[in-house]
Amino acid sequence: MTAADVEGLLRDLAPQVLAALTRRFGTFATAEDAVQEALVAAATQWPVQGVPDNPRGWLITVGSRRLTDQLRSDLARARRESAAAALLPPIEMVAPAADEGLASDEDDTLTLLFLCCHPALSPASQVALTLRAVGGLTTAQIAQAFFVPEATMAQRISRAKQSIKAAGATFAMPPEPERAARLGVVLHVLYLIFNEGYTSSSGQDLQRPELTAEAIRIVRDLRRLLPDDGEVAGLLALMLLTDARRRARTGTDGRLVPLAEQDRARWDRGAIREGVGLISESLAGTRLGPYQVQAAIAAVHDEASRAEDTDWRQIVALYDLLEGLAPNPMVTLNRAVAVAMVDGPRAGLEILGTLQGDDRMAGHHRLDAVRAHLLEMAGERAAAREAYLVAGRRTTSLPERLYLEDRAARIVDAVPSDR
Amino acid sequence: MKYVVLIYSNPTTWAEMPAAERDRALGVHNTVLKELRDSGELIRVDGLTHPTAAKTIRTRNGVPVVTDGPFGEAKEFLAGVWAIDVDSLDRALQVASPVAEYDTVEVRELMDLSGMEM
Repeated sequence: MTAADVEGLLRDLAPQVLAALTRRFGTFATAEDAVQEALVAAATQWPVQGVPDNPRGWLITVGSRRLTDQLRSDLARARRESAAAALLPPIEMVAPAADEGLASDEDDTLTLLFLCCHPALSPASQVALTLRAVGGLTTAQIAQAFFVPEATMAQRISRAKQSIKAAGATFAMPPEPERAARLGVVLHVLYLIFNEGYTSSSGQDLQRPELTAEAIRIVRDLRRLLPDDGEVAGLLALMLLTDARRRARTGTDGRLVPLAEQDRARWDRGAIREGVGLISESLAGTRLGPYQVQAAIAAVHDEASRAEDTDWRQIVALYDLLEGLAPNPMVTLNRAVAVAMVDGPRAGLEILGTLQGDDRMAGHHRLDAVRAHLLEMAGERAAAREAYLVAGRRTTSLPERLYLEDRAARIVDAVPSDR
Repeated sequence: MKYVVLIYSNPTTWAEMPAAERDRALGVHNTVLKELRDSGELIRVDGLTHPTAAKTIRTRNGVPVVTDGPFGEAKEFLAGVWAIDVDSLDRALQVASPVAEYDTVEVRELMDLSGMEM
């Protein structure tokens, strides 16, 4: 097995091993550290010495030993410090045989996801812990993906585990009445991981691990566990249909290529087929949710072989639906673009007017960028140019700033007399 | 979201401060830094040497010319730089505010390489 094969195997096994150790030793935080050590040991030993016959059992054994050592030294310290330690039941100190396999792996992965995406944690901590505990990534890999030092990421993960403990959460499925809301958090965290990977522009950050692939892998797992959940299917479809455009969305120089100008021959047909299949099936069957509608919108874009063939009427209808399900100013903004494509830029600008007083959009570059685009469509070149420049000053993204400044410059080039 | 916290100081203010007060004020900085380090929000922290040790480079007729001392005649100089990774601008301002007791603190978001599909 190559190192890459070993890494793939370890990623699959990580949540199972963590669940087994947590169940056995009863402490998620220390079990998580032990698994990380076992994974690092396997990643160095297996490519050289070969993969053991029972890799899962091997990892559980190695992890158990670490935990037992840890508990023994904790106990020794406790004995020195307090006679009360003698009251600890001896059974806790005994490492059981490897690989007992009590509960199914399926439930375990789901339970772990719920724990890592605990509402007591900040989104950044949920993301980090999910990638480590469920995704089987090392702290170093996660740190690299988010451009922070390893020590910073290690501290964030350790704090996240403390917060889970402080919140009194245990390694168990959340009670039924909470489950839908908690699943919503899990899906959002997976969406954040995907987005972090997807929005990164290629070229300047080649070392970034494939966060999109990792997010898709975990959602695929989740779909296997919850095959009847429409939003899980919707999220998977949305990721596939978005990721399908990845190769076309940045130019060779790392610049952003807008949807209308992308070379559609470079879109991933296989991913589009799978995504469209998923979303068609889910729309026909289950209760509708925001991820499904967003996936449906992505599908309409992906099915147009040329930008001018895009079925904008259908996209408007879907945005209307989305606004009803999950009203937020970003959705309104996107609906304005779609409406402009059907009824002309004035209609779109009118919708933007309704966002003017919205605090959530105040100073947001995307509002100015869309306004600039619609003004340009309406032939108001000077105003469009100004709006592009305002948007360029407000964005925190370097590729976006370059793109917006380009658009502003293009207007000047086209009509020099306009200035 | 990543921010830099740029701390501009007047060296005279700090030099003339009673030692006990200086210790207390620096203690405030250290408390904030510890909190950021423990929570996994601190990327790095640096203090800068005295501005008189600065070198300034200007290009004259295509040739870089190095002079001693800081650029400009300002009374306040960049004295410290923190890089932090926090969930919101509000959080960035919250952690930076205690540091502004004697100094002027500028909070700037870092640009990133990501980009939305336009």
